[in-house]
Amino acid sequence: MIDREQVLHVARLARLQLTDDEVERMAGELSSILGHIETISGLDLDGVEPTSHVVEVSNALRPDVPRPSLDREVALSQAPARTADGFLVPSPQA
Amino acid sequence: MIELSAKQLADAIARGDVSAAEAFETYRARAAADELNAYTWVAPEGTTAAPMSADAPLRGVPLGVKDLFCTEGVPSQAGSRILEGYLPPYTASVVQRLAEAGAPLLAKTNQDEFAMGSSNENSAYGPTRNPWDRERIPGGSSGGSAAAVAAGSAPWALGTDTGGSIRQPAAMCGIVGLKPTYGSVSRYGMIAFASSLDQGGPLTRDVTDAALLYGQMIGQDPCDSTSLAHPETIALPTAERLDGIRIGVPRADLAADGIEPGVIAAFDATLQRAQELGAELVDIELPHAEHALAAYYVIAPAEASSNLSRFDGVRYGLRHGGDEGLMAMYTHTRHDGFGDEVKRRILIGTYALSSGYYDAYYGRAQQVRTKIADDFRAAFGRVDLIATPTAPTTAFKLGEKTADPLSMYLGDLFTIPYSLAGLPAISIPCGLSDGLPVGFQLGGPAFSENRILDAAHALEQAIGFEPLEIS
Amino acid sequence: MSADVEYEPVIGLEIHVQLKTRTKMFCGCELSFGDPPNIHVCPVCLGLPGSLPVVNARAIHLGLMIGMAVGSELAPRSIFHRKNYFYPDLPKGYQISQFDLPLCLGGKLGDVRIHRVHLEEDAAKLTHVGESGRIHGSDSSIVDYNRGGTPLAEIVTEPDVRSAEQAREWLNMLRVTLRQLGVSDVNMEEGSLRCDANISIRPVGDTELHTKTELKNMNSFRYIERGIHAEVARQIEIVRSGGKVQGETLHFDPRTERITSLRSKEEAHDYRYFPEPDLVPITISAEMLDAARAEVPELPTARAERYASTLGLSDDAAKLLADRAELAAYFESVLEVDSVEPVAAANWVTELAARLDEGDPAGSKVEPRALASLIGLLSSKAINVGAARQVLDRLVAEGGDPLAIVEAEGLGAIGGGDELADAVAAAIAANPDVAEKIRDGNMKAIGPIIGHVMKATKGRADGGEVTRLVRQQLGL
Repeated sequence: MIDREQVLHVARLARLQLTDDEVERMAGELSSILGHIETISGLDLDGVEPTSHVVEVSNALRPDVPRPSLDREVALSQAPARTADGFLVPSPQA
Repeated sequence: MIELSAKQLADAIARGDVSAAEAFETYRARAAADELNAYTWVAPEGTTAAPMSADAPLRGVPLGVKDLFCTEGVPSQAGSRILEGYLPPYTASVVQRLAEAGAPLLAKTNQDEFAMGSSNENSAYGPTRNPWDRERIPGGSSGGSAAAVAAGSAPWALGTDTGGSIRQPAAMCGIVGLKPTYGSVSRYGMIAFASSLDQGGPLTRDVTDAALLYGQMIGQDPCDSTSLAHPETIALPTAERLDGIRIGVPRADLAADGIEPGVIAAFDATLQRAQELGAELVDIELPHAEHALAAYYVIAPAEASSNLSRFDGVRYGLRHGGDEGLMAMYTHTRHDGFGDEVKRRILIGTYALSSGYYDAYYGRAQQVRTKIADDFRAAFGRVDLIATPTAPTTAFKLGEKTADPLSMYLGDLFTIPYSLAGLPAISIPCGLSDGLPVGFQLGGPAFSENRILDAAHALEQAIGFEPLEIS
Repeated sequence: MSADVEYEPVIGLEIHVQLKTRTKMFCGCELSFGDPPNIHVCPVCLGLPGSLPVVNARAIHLGLMIGMAVGSELAPRSIFHRKNYFYPDLPKGYQISQFDLPLCLGGKLGDVRIHRVHLEEDAAKLTHVGESGRIHGSDSSIVDYNRGGTPLAEIVTEPDVRSAEQAREWLNMLRVTLRQLGVSDVNMEEGSLRCDANISIRPVGDTELHTKTELKNMNSFRYIERGIHAEVARQIEIVRSGGKVQGETLHFDPRTERITSLRSKEEAHDYRYFPEPDLVPITISAEMLDAARAEVPELPTARAERYASTLGLSDDAAKLLADRAELAAYFESVLEVDSVEPVAAANWVTELAARLDEGDPAGSKVEPRALASLIGLLSSKAINVGAARQVLDRLVAEGGDPLAIVEAEGLGAIGGGDELADAVAAAIAANPDVAEKIRDGNMKAIGPIIGHVMKATKGRADGGEVTRLVRQQLGL
């Protein structure tokens, strides 16, 4: 149903490191879950509109009026690594 | 004081029999002494609740709040290692609203990580135990809230329900849990699991408390585009009879495998009482309900996989692997920060949305969702409410289902259809099976909370369920 | 393939325009440029857990205006999607964008068809600090979320562009149009206008589309032109030497003129688009359309055409005025004064503009009425062109009334009368050889005589009148 390679591909898309054991275990568990999910593949759903919102609301718009921003110190306070005024990350170019 | 329901406590405070400060300190001390691991944070000694107006409707009755509601300056970790110690700079709209209405923050309650689970065993902070039997799970994902209310260490609590996460733990712990109409309670500040399904709601000792708390939770929030004004004000329920009420029973769904006989017995006995109170029972069909679980386990993980992408080790929370470059930081942070169930759902959701699979999985699941909503629409043309058990089993033992995720998922079969259709449903305790509480679920059309609460109240009076003795 | 096959480029453009709202696309933080880092941030634009986006109504309004300006079909219902990928400048791990139901579909600007216009949020700013900010040995970058969440309109063209020069000219037309719409600052240096190009080549006469490459984020019109040139040359080189063009994302380095691949091929992106569950659909009401329409001014292409067809301006003159809204506005206010001849007015507005650098003439000391009066003096031959230019210089410097300047400075033209006739006679006398050539029928030799007269009259003589008098006095 879903093999090691697919698990690794999806894990890479999701930026999840998996150990070899985890890949093995996940492949089994995901296959059993997807096996259950497959039951919907037999349904006749031609012409059925998909539902992405159950609420019948549209145009929940906000006026273009400024609201107070966070204090920089507050914004940075939870960062795992920071400089005086920014969030520090490993460089994407490295 | 602790024998009083939240409504009775509010009345006692209003009369001056007890002060709000006394009530807060009594419960604060009880929560601090909790032995069920129901809490991840309890207000420190000496905490004084924020000042409230003299006519605040909730009078100062303190509130347990599921960990995933953001509370400014108070740990909000959503049961996850990846948010260990996280202190948000803002408070969720509904928590703010309730504080202003006179329900101050008492404690944060334990939960399955990011609300993914039905047993509270997926909390990074250890499982919560069921006060009816400490070897058993309290249900989930709002298990901490349910256990706290059942054990009387909180007068009432907030939970969230995505596929049953309020109703199922309420059932397992013998209390009342209401999953409201999607959109009636603001999601702003609720750490998201699946945005199109998540909804906050009350877990309470009785139906009256649920009505009282829910009535203060509702309201359109400019910070949540999917929220909308409830067309009715929520009244405290008074009904004692069910004359003229048509209750639909989806008999076919009750014949599914894995439903415990004791659950069916308690459910049937409750239907009997409903008839005695004047209700008319009508057999109905929800033809697509059997596919709800499959659709749910596509939609919820798909949305979750995206919602959880923000946990990347950059702005808050855990960071591992930062010395080894950006990719390593992402993959190690997320490997070490997320538990197994969260990883499973991220992988399923990512798979279901990935190129080549979208139509087969996500697209089809959204169509099934439409069919399920259509089924309910047709059913509610014939009946006022629909009754099922809340869960197919009573509380199971810790560790019993952890090895088989799918068996855990199957426990949501009665609660998930309402979640997919965005409809309200309540779970009330309806009896015991082998000494463990059984939940009775009553659902209705969108915004029918008053009708549901009234019927649940009448049944509650007739059932006379004996709650757990509070010690 | 043989070396003598001629190839033509097939180019489609994707333009990102920062919209000129006060606040961000999905939160109330103010837009900024050049402010200290991380001061315009909030739970929403930092992607904090639990926060939710709410659409800025003004961004929808500006998006509709763009759609109207390029003749798009405006979607009665449009929705936002999530585009999922990880990058430190993307706080939620997804960008809120639009996918299969964009705000505007189709349209045309000039000779290039528009495929779609959709709205999305901008990424934050990532600054590479290299080793100076080392985190235990690896290079680092710093993220500033001020820009994150700025509203963007993405304008995607059909592959209708056939040369680098056309790309540059068309982009300029788009920029002028967007500036006059008032929807964006369209400043490439500040990043409020950014352009990617999708480039392929094909043998001339072929109608198929071949594998394209995407040239990313060129930050000036000149680089766009040079980048496209370089990429087209690279593709022709590949094909001529028997190779195949690979679909990939490329970067053009303007210093080295080199093209490099941006992403490794194995990192195939899979954006996993799905409808954004935190937002509800946008349905465009008649009121929203009316409000947008009311704010759309006459646009440069339409205005240039009107100037050419109804006012008789040359195409170049019409475009020159129409492309700058402030010149067009000034030109039209000059025309409103009495009966000024449009072609003359266009010439003199252009003269004025040249003296003001990039400035708005409406903010100068030259009143439209004064310019009209100057044009009147010239057309009635009360002054000549040289004098008119001197008067204009004075007007630009000090303002005032042209007639008064002419009188005060003695710049009035010397028309008929003895003064000019005497000056002409003196000039002929001083240039007998020139007079001889003219008598022999060579009128082109008249220059030195006119020069002599101009000098004697301090430039006030009218050239035509001098010529007439020369012919008369030489008996021609």
